[in-house]
Amino acid sequence: MTRLVAQTPCAGLLPVDIGTVRVTEAEPGPMHLVAPFRGQAKAVSAVLKDALGVGLPAPNRSQSADGVRALWVAPGQALLIGAEPPDLPGAAVSDLSDAYAVVEIAGADAAEVLARLVPVDLGVLKRGHTARTLIGHMTGSVTRLGAARFEMMVFRSMAGSLVHELTEAMEAMAARRALAARPD
Amino acid sequence: MRIAGRGLDPEGAALAFSFDGKRLSGREGDTLAAALLANDIRLVGRSFKYHRPRGILTAGSEEPNALVTVGEGAGAEPNIRATVQELHDGLVAVSQNRWPSLERDILSVNDLFAPFLSAGFYYKTFMWPRAFWEAIYEPIIRRAAGLGALSGQPDPGRSERAFAFCDLLVIGAGPAGLMAALTAGRAGARVILADEDARMGGRLLAEREEVDGAPGPVWAAGIVAELAVMENVRLMPRTTVTGAYDQGSYGALERVGHHVPRAEHLPRDCFWRIAAKRAVLCGGALERPLALPDNDRPGIMTAGAVRAYLNRWGVSPGRAVAVFGNNDDAHRTAADLCDAGVKVAALIDAREDAETDLDVPFHSGAVVTGTKGRLGLTEITVTKGGNSHTIQADCLAMSGGWNPSVHLTCHMNGRPVWDEDLLAFVPSPGAVPGLRVAGAANGTFSTAGCLAAGITAAKEALGELGQTAPDIAVPEAEDRPYHIRALWAVPGKARAWLDFQNDVTVKDVTLAAQENYRSVEHMKRYTTQGMATDQGKNSNVAALAVLADATGRTIPETGTTTFRPPYSPVAIGALGAGAEGPGFAPERRTTSDAASRDRGAPMIEAGLWFRPSYYPRPGETTWRHSCDREVRMVRAAVGVVDVSTLGKIDVQGPDAAAFLDFAYAGTMSTLKPGRVRYGLMLREDGHVMDDGTAARFADGHYVITTTTAAAGQVMTHLEFARQVLRPDLDVQIASATEQWAQFAIAGPLADEVLGAVLDGGFESTGWPFMSHGAVAVGGVAARLFRISFSGERGYELAVPSRYGASLYRLLVAQAESLGGGAYGMEALNVLRIEKGFITHAEIDGRVTAFDLGMGRMVSQKKESIGRAAAGRPGLLDPERPQLVGLRVKEPDQALFAGAHLFEKTAEAVRVNAQGHVSSNCWSPTLGTHLGIGFLTKGPERYGETVRMVDHLRGAEVLCEVCHPVFFDPEGGRMRD
Repeated sequence: MTRLVAQTPCAGLLPVDIGTVRVTEAEPGPMHLVAPFRGQAKAVSAVLKDALGVGLPAPNRSQSADGVRALWVAPGQALLIGAEPPDLPGAAVSDLSDAYAVVEIAGADAAEVLARLVPVDLGVLKRGHTARTLIGHMTGSVTRLGAARFEMMVFRSMAGSLVHELTEAMEAMAARRALAARPD
Repeated sequence: MRIAGRGLDPEGAALAFSFDGKRLSGREGDTLAAALLANDIRLVGRSFKYHRPRGILTAGSEEPNALVTVGEGAGAEPNIRATVQELHDGLVAVSQNRWPSLERDILSVNDLFAPFLSAGFYYKTFMWPRAFWEAIYEPIIRRAAGLGALSGQPDPGRSERAFAFCDLLVIGAGPAGLMAALTAGRAGARVILADEDARMGGRLLAEREEVDGAPGPVWAAGIVAELAVMENVRLMPRTTVTGAYDQGSYGALERVGHHVPRAEHLPRDCFWRIAAKRAVLCGGALERPLALPDNDRPGIMTAGAVRAYLNRWGVSPGRAVAVFGNNDDAHRTAADLCDAGVKVAALIDAREDAETDLDVPFHSGAVVTGTKGRLGLTEITVTKGGNSHTIQADCLAMSGGWNPSVHLTCHMNGRPVWDEDLLAFVPSPGAVPGLRVAGAANGTFSTAGCLAAGITAAKEALGELGQTAPDIAVPEAEDRPYHIRALWAVPGKARAWLDFQNDVTVKDVTLAAQENYRSVEHMKRYTTQGMATDQGKNSNVAALAVLADATGRTIPETGTTTFRPPYSPVAIGALGAGAEGPGFAPERRTTSDAASRDRGAPMIEAGLWFRPSYYPRPGETTWRHSCDREVRMVRAAVGVVDVSTLGKIDVQGPDAAAFLDFAYAGTMSTLKPGRVRYGLMLREDGHVMDDGTAARFADGHYVITTTTAAAGQVMTHLEFARQVLRPDLDVQIASATEQWAQFAIAGPLADEVLGAVLDGGFESTGWPFMSHGAVAVGGVAARLFRISFSGERGYELAVPSRYGASLYRLLVAQAESLGGGAYGMEALNVLRIEKGFITHAEIDGRVTAFDLGMGRMVSQKKESIGRAAAGRPGLLDPERPQLVGLRVKEPDQALFAGAHLFEKTAEAVRVNAQGHVSSNCWSPTLGTHLGIGFLTKGPERYGETVRMVDHLRGAEVLCEVCHPVFFDPEGGRMRD
């Protein structure tokens, strides 16, 4: 029988460590877009909550429980991450497990690096908050995971461009730090 | 000349630098301008038009004269203002707009012709003959006039861009700005304090005065230190706020790496986009030069600049300095010079009632009416009541009063207001929503007034945000009133310069008025006053005062020209930061990308995607060799190509079928699960937007495909249709393009390839043309579609993208074992042209279903987007060019896409054009050149001979009109 070998979107591109910042490829597991049909949001949220512990998140928010997350990605749409969805007759469900390159950026200057690429106020983006926005010239999603830790998502095919943009921003940031640390 | 013990860093380390090849030494903390003056270098540049010798005029970013090129080789940067460039060890600067040298500049002959080169000279002289303008006049003028030049090589330096957010943006860190930032900082607001200088403190760094009992610079440093440790305050030195835009957004240019030797990865500039809930402009004021005869010699500068060089950098711009002004500020300069022990040759005050207690030669009610010194000032002429005498001086400090920096307040169409007491424009309140102005920028010229205004402005701004600021006492500082009397231009025979960089004189402005360019905007364009890199900061007010005088109007009646962003020059490299090379646009790569590149395939761009063009094999020397082989391979055996780039959209919901009936011209509700149907989508105006297939998975679930290029457009279009046009339908759509890696397997041996890779083998029974279903590959759930874009027996096999790379290599290996292999975009294109299948070369936005011969696909039994508009008479006109095939009469003659079609004997001119060729190829299958295109009444003209004319390539070919399907017109090869 034939055997297919799986490859991650950022294979060969990550990790990258520059200055205080490290970018690694996240392994989010299954990802499904869940979009309830008319009038079904509450029911769908309840089924999800019951089965996986997370319901449909409010705009710009995410919910998480036991490694399963529901990420707001658009009005009326959530990305269910980390578990196969239960049967949801009240919602459109699309398997997008392979559709995104998902990376994590962490380190003291992570927010400063993102400020080079993302036109949203990361200062008001608290842990668990999420934004659908631009990352450089790409549309993507940015979620704060911790004080200096963020998750970013772009289309799988753009993994190389994402890493390129991040690398350039990290290099510039590291060079700024080196300049500031220069003995005068 | 350096004055020992003076300046903010009297013990600063020595730094080596060079100017025009001369090795010189400066001091840490110097600007390049300060270091040049310390080395007694006064001549630093040549003017734009007359190549007049010019020296440093100012000590700030408004400098019009001292523009130099910094650095060497590809990364050299022209037009750097020496007054802004901080000195660093090893800095290399050269002067501009001169040849062969600054001292002996051949084109200074222009100055001899100055009587002929007055305002409007080009407009008057070079109008005729018209053809000469681009060919002769413009190149000559461009070479003669100008600033620095780029190296012409790719720039190795880079810049960055960034975003910042705050409650309060404070623009300028002088006394007003520091107090505004301190007030807001102590209140806990998120504050950004941006200042264009490397060191914060504004004018306090340039003056001898005390704040709260401490020297100004010491007090400023104390406030900066307090702000620096506040977590809620971001200090942005070396950052010029360049523009004010809608909704509290501001552009700002940070000079990141200009002040140090080049370091790897260190950006030169960073262009910031700052979103501020409120802003306070504390941009200070700029001193005006006086338009006196021959006022442009090196050594003549603003009086405030002389104080700045003296007090901040410990440099006297001259050994015998004359000071001339029409306001009290000039006296400060004389006082500071005396204090530093520099000889004051004369203090000249145009006001008759002026007094001084300084021990200097003092002339009240007098004016400077002339200057001498070819490459630098040597002498001035002072005139009082008709009597003139000369005074030896190598520096003239002039003060014509101060202009508040109102520029940012005008960026959203605000007009500044004339203040009769200050003889200057002040900002009109509320000119930029959310922006207040405080301090000298608002016409408050005393230090005490600035400090108080900063506190007030911050409190008011925070109040609007619902935040309360603690009470802060106004520090003690000088509170002198400002006295000034109008003096714009001193009459005289010699030219009196207004705009130093663009060589605009008082006479030019009066000439403009004489020639009826009386509106200030017309005068600006006629004389080029205010069009230089300083954007009229030094000349604007004086020029319009002269214009007002010449036209017999007041200054407020005359008005002012509009200030537009940027406040000071911004390198294009900074605006476009991050968009160089691969940063220009995201690159989308398929899962088979590496495999294609491994096989040597050149990649071509399709939208953002990169797709293989062809796969060269040993012995193939041109793309045509490879392409022809790949076409024959697909027709005779089997080929594999990655089609993942086509858009895939999941359409789900109880009303999915009704929604697609609305979105497609054709009917999709009658499609049975397990089947696929071809469809056209029309734009609302009735023209074809895109074509693709719809596959029905279940009653409420379709997967539709789009073309590669239009995937985003179709998604947007459907989202609009769903949310706006048919909100009554319960349907959800999702892009699944990236989820699936999809490969076309085409050719008579396609079944064999599938048989080798699908779990359980493959039997084509049960897989009729235009069917689809679930299969498995190596235990991985996959989708199989029996569709064809090549006209051959064809399938498309899709697996989750993580397996794409693996499946592609497997499919190609299987195909190769059967005498087939991978094929690229070139072969794909030839295969579809042989079959008359359309792409966006045909559906170019101007084409209707009727034009394509697909008019019957627009169902009249239901409503759909574009149906009504497609039925307009003009879109059904039989005279419209319609899709045809074109076959050359002589097989070796090629057709060209884009060429026009004419009747056999008609003259090849526009009015006779009957259509065009949209796609063309060499068909290895049929052994001839083919084309498809659009021809008036095309389908009625099969068999007729028409002429293709390509004026661009100079080609003329006779071809026969035929049905657009050249190969296997019955379609048996793909169906059976």
